[in-house]
Amino acid sequence: MNATDSPSLPAVPDTVARRSPWGEVLHSLVRSPTFLTGLGILLFWVVCALLGEHFVPYDPLDADIINTLAPPSAEHWFGTDQLGRDVFSRVIVGSRDILTVAPLATILATIAGTALGLVIGYFRGIVDDIVSRVLEAFMAIPVVIIALLAIVALGTSKITVIVVIGLSFAPIIARTVRSAVLAERELDYVAAAKLRHEGALHTMFVEILPNVIPPILVETTVRLGYAIFAVATLSFMGFGIQPPSPDWGLSISSNYGMIGGGFWWTVLFDALAIASLVIGVNLVTDGVHGAFND
Amino acid sequence: MTSQAANALELKDLSVAYRVGRRDRAVLRNVNLTIKAGEAYGLVGESGCGKSTVALSVVRYLPRNGSITGGSIALDGKDLMKLDAEALRRARADSVSMVYQDPGKALNPSLRIGRQLTEIFELAGISGQASENKALAMLNRVRISDPASVMQRYPHQLSGGMQQRVAIAMALANDPSMLILDEPTTGLDATVEAEVLDLIGQLRRELSASILFISHNLAVVSNMCDRVGVLYAGMLVEEGSTRQVFNDPRHPYTVALLRCLPRGGQRKDQGRLDTIPGFLPGIGATITGCAFADRCALATERCRAEPPPLYDLGDGRLSRCHYHDHAQSLPRATPAEIAAVQPKLAPPVLQVEGLNKTYASHGRPLRAVKDVSVSLNPGETLGLVGESGSGKTTFARLLLGLVPPDDGGSIELEGKKLAPRLASRSEDQVKAVQIVFQNPDSALNRSHSIRHILSRALKRLGGLTGKALDNRLEELVRSVRLTDRHLAVKPRQLSGGLKQRVAIARAFAGDPRIVVCDEPTSALDVSVQAAILNLLADLQSKQDVSYIFISHDLGVVRYLSDKIAVLYLGRIMEFGPSEAVFSGPHHPYTEALLSAVPKLDRTETSRIRLDGEIPSAANPPTGCVFHTRCPRKIGAICETQEPELTEAQPGHTIRCHIPYAELAKLQKPKTMEPA
Repeated sequence: MNATDSPSLPAVPDTVARRSPWGEVLHSLVRSPTFLTGLGILLFWVVCALLGEHFVPYDPLDADIINTLAPPSAEHWFGTDQLGRDVFSRVIVGSRDILTVAPLATILATIAGTALGLVIGYFRGIVDDIVSRVLEAFMAIPVVIIALLAIVALGTSKITVIVVIGLSFAPIIARTVRSAVLAERELDYVAAAKLRHEGALHTMFVEILPNVIPPILVETTVRLGYAIFAVATLSFMGFGIQPPSPDWGLSISSNYGMIGGGFWWTVLFDALAIASLVIGVNLVTDGVHGAFND
Repeated sequence: MTSQAANALELKDLSVAYRVGRRDRAVLRNVNLTIKAGEAYGLVGESGCGKSTVALSVVRYLPRNGSITGGSIALDGKDLMKLDAEALRRARADSVSMVYQDPGKALNPSLRIGRQLTEIFELAGISGQASENKALAMLNRVRISDPASVMQRYPHQLSGGMQQRVAIAMALANDPSMLILDEPTTGLDATVEAEVLDLIGQLRRELSASILFISHNLAVVSNMCDRVGVLYAGMLVEEGSTRQVFNDPRHPYTVALLRCLPRGGQRKDQGRLDTIPGFLPGIGATITGCAFADRCALATERCRAEPPPLYDLGDGRLSRCHYHDHAQSLPRATPAEIAAVQPKLAPPVLQVEGLNKTYASHGRPLRAVKDVSVSLNPGETLGLVGESGSGKTTFARLLLGLVPPDDGGSIELEGKKLAPRLASRSEDQVKAVQIVFQNPDSALNRSHSIRHILSRALKRLGGLTGKALDNRLEELVRSVRLTDRHLAVKPRQLSGGLKQRVAIARAFAGDPRIVVCDEPTSALDVSVQAAILNLLADLQSKQDVSYIFISHDLGVVRYLSDKIAVLYLGRIMEFGPSEAVFSGPHHPYTEALLSAVPKLDRTETSRIRLDGEIPSAANPPTGCVFHTRCPRKIGAICETQEPELTEAQPGHTIRCHIPYAELAKLQKPKTMEPA
C-alpha cells in the first residue's frame, strides 16, 4: 500500500491548542477580579472555621456575668452579649458549623441531583415523565416545612439539617443536569457507545458525565450560596444548630429582641458575617459561570 | 457603466491581524485585490487561509480582537479607512451587502419575512405601503413564487433554499454596488445549490453590482466568476481569469488543490487521489521564504529563503511562485498506483429485503424508508445519494440497529439475519457493522483522550486487553496514519482531518464487515478530503470491508462506489452498478442530480433544474413520488400509479414509467460527468 500517502504529520505542538479546556477555565478564573474577591472572602471564613478557636481572644462559650451587653470596646471589639460572651470570638468561631453543614448539604445535593439528572435525561420517556413530576411536586414545598417535618421525625442534629437541605436542593440540580444530558445524548459519541454495546451505566457516567461537569459546577456554587442562607435560616428558627454553639443564625435569633434596647452589636456582626459569606460565594459563582461561558 | 475610473473594490496592501493571547497574529498579509465595476471575483482557498477575513475587512466588520494593521480599502473609490463611524455606517448601508453561509442564522427567527424586508426600506426612508411593494418586488426578483404569502411567514417555515433567496433579496434591497457572497451555497443540497447559483447568475446580468464570491468549492467559483484569486496563509498566491487559473494554474498550491478533486468520473480502482502533504501555517506564523515551500515538492533553497513576489505573467495573471513557469510539473504527493484488485465471486455480505421505517408525525405515518432492498458484496461500496430528507441517514441507522425498522423486512449479514434492535444483536454482529459519522466533533467524546477512545473500542469490539490491546492499538493508529504522539491528546487538539482519522480507526477496531460512512468528508477541505478518501480506499482493498457511503458530493460518491442507490422520499428510484447509474441512461431524478453538480470545466449543457421543494414524506405525492418535480413526466399515469422498480439491464433497476429504451433516447445527446 502507499505508505507515502500519509500527510506528513506535524510536530504535536502545531496541532495542539496550548491549553486544555480546564486549563483555559483556570486561566480565566485567576484573571477574574470577581472570582478572586469571592475566593478571598470565602478563604477568610474557611480559615476562621478551621483555626478560629486558636486565635480568638476569648473562649466563645465563656460567660462573663458581670460584663453583659457591653458595647464594642478595645477589650471586646464587637462587645458582649447578654451572657457576657465575646461577640467577636463568637462571630469568628460561628463560621465553623455553617461551613461544615452548608458544603456537606451542597455535596449531597450535587451527588444525588447529578445521579438523578443523568438517569432521567438519559432514559427520557416514562422514567423522565414520572420522576420529573415528583421532583416538581417536591420543589413546590418550602424547605422550612420539609425541615420541620424531618426534625419532628428525626430530631435536631447537624445530620438532619444536611440531609434536609441536601435532599431539597437535589431536584434543582437534577433539573439542570437533565437538560444538559438531553443535549449530550443526541451527540454521535453516545450512538458510538451504543454501537460498542456499552451498558447504560458506562454511557451515563463515563461518556456523558465528564461533558456535563461545567453546568454542574456552576449549579453547585449557586446552591452553596443558597445552602448557607438556608442553614442560617433554619438555625434562626431553632431547627438548625443548637445552643450553646456559636452560630450566626442562632445568635441573631436569640438577640434580635434587644435591638430595640440599643444593643445593636449583638446582632449586626452576625448578620454582616452571613451577608459576607453569601456574597463571597456568589462572587465565586459569577466567576465560575463567567469562566465556563467565555 | 458610467465612469471607468472607479473600481468597485480596491484593497491595497491590506494586512489584518487577530489578537490572541496578547500577541497580534497576522491573518492577511499585504493583500492587493481589485474588483472592477460589474465584475464577479472569486476568492478560493482552504479553511483558515483568510477568505472570510477579507470579506469582513471590506465592510470593516472584523471581530473585536481583529484589526487592520496596514494598507487601505477603497469601495467605489472611497477610502473606507478614512471614514468616521457615521460615514462608515452610511457606506455600508448604501453600497455594500453581504450574504452569509447559513441563511437560517442570518434571518431573524422571530420576525416575519415581510417585516425583515420592509425594515431595510424603512431605514432608507421609504415607509408604509411603498416599502411593502418594494419588498414584494424584491421577492419577485429572486424568483420566489407567491411572494405575498412568503412575506407572512417566519424564516423557519421556509426551506434552506428559500431562506437563502430571501437573504439575497435583503442583500439586494439597497441596490449595492458591491455584493459579498461568503460561501452562499455551502450548506445547501446540490439541487438547491444549483438553483441559487442560477439565480445569482441571472441577477448578475440584471444588476450592475460587482460580486466578491468566497467559496472553498472550486467548481462553484469556476461557474460563477470572471476572475479568481487563490488565497494561501493570508496571501494572494495566484490571480487570473477563471479559465486561465483553473485550466493552466501557475502556482503549485493551485495545481495541487485542483488535483485533490476526483474529476472526470475517476474511480478508486483507477488510482488514488493526489493530496497536499503537511498543514497550512498556523495563523500568525512567521513566514520566511514562500509560505507554501514546506508543502511543495518543487521548493528549492531559494523558496525557503527568499519570499517570492507576485510575478506578473501578463494578461492579468499573477503568481507568487519563483518557478511559476513550471508549477504544473509539481510531482504527485501520493502515487496514483494501486495494487490491482481482482473481482471476487463471493456471496453478498449484506442483503436487505423490503426494509421499511415509519415514524408518526402529528398522528400521520411518515414513511422515512419505504420498501428498500439492496445487496452488497464483500469489499464493495454502496453509494447512497439523494437530497436531504431522502432517507439516506435513516437507512444507515436501520442497518446499524440504532433505530428499529418496521416489522416485515429483513437485513442479512453474511447470510445470517440481523436482529432489528442493536441490543438484541450478538457481539459479533455489533462489531461487524460500524459507522464513521459526518462530524467528528460530535462523534468523538471531547472529554476523552484519543488513547482512551481507541482503547475502549479495541476492548469492546476487538475483545482485547493488556499487551495484546497495546500492540493492536499501535497497529490501528499506524493504519490510519496517525502516530503515537496523537494518542495522548484530546480530540479538540487535532485538526478536522486528523479527528476523522481517529473516527475511522475506531470504526475499524473490531475488524468490521461493513462500515457506514455518513458524509465523512463533507466538513473537510479538499486536500484533507482526498487523503481521507485514499485512506478509506486503501483500508477497503486491504481488509475487504464493504462501505455504505453517503454523500451529497457525487464526484466523491463516484470515486468510492461500486454500486449506487438513488433515494427519493425514502424510496429507491434507481439502483445499479456505479458506472451504469452515472453514465446513464438514468432515472430522471438521477439525471437532475447529476445535472445540478457544478462542474469545474465549464461546458454548459442544457441543464435540468428541479422546481420546488422535496415534498413532505408525511404526505407524499400519489403515483410516482417524483412526479411533482419530474422534468420528464409523461402524463396522468405518473400521478396515479407508482412505477415498479424494473430491471433495465442486469443488476440495474430504475423506478420509472418511461421505458428504458425511451430514457436512453431522451438522454442521449449529453454525457453526464460529475465534477
